Amino acid sequence: MAFEIPKINYTGKIKEITIGAGNKTATVGGRDCYPFHLFEGTMPHPPIIAMEIWDMEPDNWPEAAIEPFKDVISDPPAWAKKCVEEYGAQIIVVQLKSTDPNDKDRPVDEAADMAKKIVDAVPVPVVFWGTAVSEKDEQVLKKIAEVCEGENLSLSPVEEAIHKSVGASALGYRHTVVASTPIDINLAKQLNILLGNLGVQDEHLLIDPTTGGLGYGIEYAYSVMERLFQAGLTQEDDKLQIPMINNLGNEIWKCKEAGLPKDELPTMGEPGRRAILMEAVGAVCYLLAGSDILIMRHPESIKLAQEMINDLMAEN
Amino acid sequence: MALTGIQIFKMLPKTNCKECGHPTCLAFAMALASGKAELASCPDVSDEAKEQLAEASAPPVRPMQIGAGDRSFKIGGETVLFRHEKTFLGSPGLGVLVSTDTDEGTLTEKLKVWDTFQFERVGFNLRPELVAIKDVNGDAGKFAALAKKVIDESNFCLVLMSEDVGVMKAGIDSCADRKPVIYAATKDNVDDMGALAKEKGLPLAIKADDMDGLMDLTGKLTGMGLKDLILDSNSRTVRRAFEDQIWLRREAIMKKNRALGFPTITFPCEMADNLDKETVIASMFIAKYAGIIILSDFIGESLFPLLVERLNIYTDPQRPMTVEQGIYEINGPDENSPVCITTNFALTYFIVSAEIDASRVPSWLLIMDTEGLSVMTAWAAGKFVGDAVGIFVNKSGIFDKVKHKKLIIPGYAAAISGDLEEEVKDSEILIGPRDASQITKFLKEFGV
Repeated sequence: MAFEIPKINYTGKIKEITIGAGNKTATVGGRDCYPFHLFEGTMPHPPIIAMEIWDMEPDNWPEAAIEPFKDVISDPPAWAKKCVEEYGAQIIVVQLKSTDPNDKDRPVDEAADMAKKIVDAVPVPVVFWGTAVSEKDEQVLKKIAEVCEGENLSLSPVEEAIHKSVGASALGYRHTVVASTPIDINLAKQLNILLGNLGVQDEHLLIDPTTGGLGYGIEYAYSVMERLFQAGLTQEDDKLQIPMINNLGNEIWKCKEAGLPKDELPTMGEPGRRAILMEAVGAVCYLLAGSDILIMRHPESIKLAQEMINDLMAEN
Repeated sequence: MALTGIQIFKMLPKTNCKECGHPTCLAFAMALASGKAELASCPDVSDEAKEQLAEASAPPVRPMQIGAGDRSFKIGGETVLFRHEKTFLGSPGLGVLVSTDTDEGTLTEKLKVWDTFQFERVGFNLRPELVAIKDVNGDAGKFAALAKKVIDESNFCLVLMSEDVGVMKAGIDSCADRKPVIYAATKDNVDDMGALAKEKGLPLAIKADDMDGLMDLTGKLTGMGLKDLILDSNSRTVRRAFEDQIWLRREAIMKKNRALGFPTITFPCEMADNLDKETVIASMFIAKYAGIIILSDFIGESLFPLLVERLNIYTDPQRPMTVEQGIYEINGPDENSPVCITTNFALTYFIVSAEIDASRVPSWLLIMDTEGLSVMTAWAAGKFVGDAVGIFVNKSGIFDKVKHKKLIIPGYAAAISGDLEEEVKDSEILIGPRDASQITKFLKEFGV
């Protein structure tokens, strides 16, 4: 008997979500099959790699991560521009590190001023990512929503504790909410429902399933993401048919092995290339697990991951 | 063809003795049919039924041992498509390609370097397993000499790559005890290569350009009595290779197609022109179903991420990774250094130890066995409570190493402070931060 391609039946489809506004938009989702299973479905919008910048000069980045940005690293708007102009970033993610109450604790108004400058500097959509200290994130994200009214920014991480107030701001000032839950399919669904009850449409929603670093919990995120897309695509769970976003670069580059000098453990090789490959390997895992927006740091890892996307999407 | 649960049930003793762990023989039969039980757990099954059922109850992807000695490993045996359903079992072997135009001195040097790529992590020794010797010039003597060098000078297992049966035979004879994988039988040499593999009792990889070609070959070889086969669908572009891995696994698991129910061998080394790209392609094969992955070179920068990914993807999703209970020294602590306590969930340990390490404050870290639960969960489950932690601290031997009795506990376990103080005589309990990212700040202030 001749071989027949073993296909499965899909009953759902990931929703198409457009972030950004005006002529600064990017669209993800729309996929009606498992990631890159193009023999039995379609992916109208391949995953997008977003580039991260910080809203302050990073004080703990390994040398290799600083190198490509060293001319702009103390100037967030210039840094964002460089990501777009030189590295072709389609989405910019601003990590709001300066607002961390346990560190610099930059006041809300100042943080929002900086946010506005960055948004105005680039011709692509912007995602703002807080420090996961929810009391502060709540204030900062609300203020950014207000000063950037109508930009359809993506505001993250919106945890259950702050979903009402940040969700309301996103509604009022027309932004997208990144619903963030700690590696749990039921909590992810519940938060999407709560945001829906508040009036946030699915079209303005992204899922942050929580991202683990390579060797630091990647397998938990990987499996919960596979379960999330299975629920959406084969179990008709329309509350989970939402694209996913993963804050990967931040997790990879803060882990010990990304910065370990060669003389401490020569068999692990040069720290720069090691960390770049750790980020690229992590990226492949998240792409296969259904990430739609993958936030990355180093231009070389991004290039490797982008080539993988292109190769997986290539015509046979 | 695989049997259904009802067909299997008819061959079982129908005693409903429950010895197998299932409530009835029918339930056991259903579990066998879906590959979730082993026939061996039935105490009363007849030999005749055993034989008939052996095939039906075998895992849909043939399990097999690769190589011999220290670095030997198992591949196949998989029963699921997604790791949240059941642990992936056959963690893929990583190999490096050596062609027969490599001179022997160079190989000696390389083997020494490759042997150093071993990384300790959560009680595992992470390292690659294989060297693949590839015949590029039909020189049987050189082929055999390189293979012999690998077994004499290292404990790597081997893949022998030649489509020439004479060359292959010479190679096998020089390293037979290490149980090399034979690569490859093709439609042109299948009879001779099959006979050789059978005679030597070695796993045989087969190569064909499509699934039908693979099925023809596996049909023929299993007909000859071979069991341990490995598949190469000869796709060398990323998308086709990815699809083939998915199709093969689905055929085995969803369609119970025994003709394709074998592990696979993949060649990132033939799919890219640089090692960085090979590395990301290999990472795809680790996540999606390869049995053996051959790279063009081993370097630490590339192996470390791949080995960690492999460890992560192939862990039991139901059981958290743990580290050993005990005293960990960080940054060279002395008798005045702070003593921190946390649980043995591997992620907790990694993050806490990395933060202490980054703080550069010499410290003692006490890791208590909480069966892999994180601080909050362990506390909630009653495993990380004052008296339990106290008994652990008292027995740990930490007070032979420090001359103070200040103990730093995780912020999330602040509630155990009173009980712990009572349990550990003369102790002073300090509440550390709730989030590991604040450890540096905390320890620096502690030092003042």
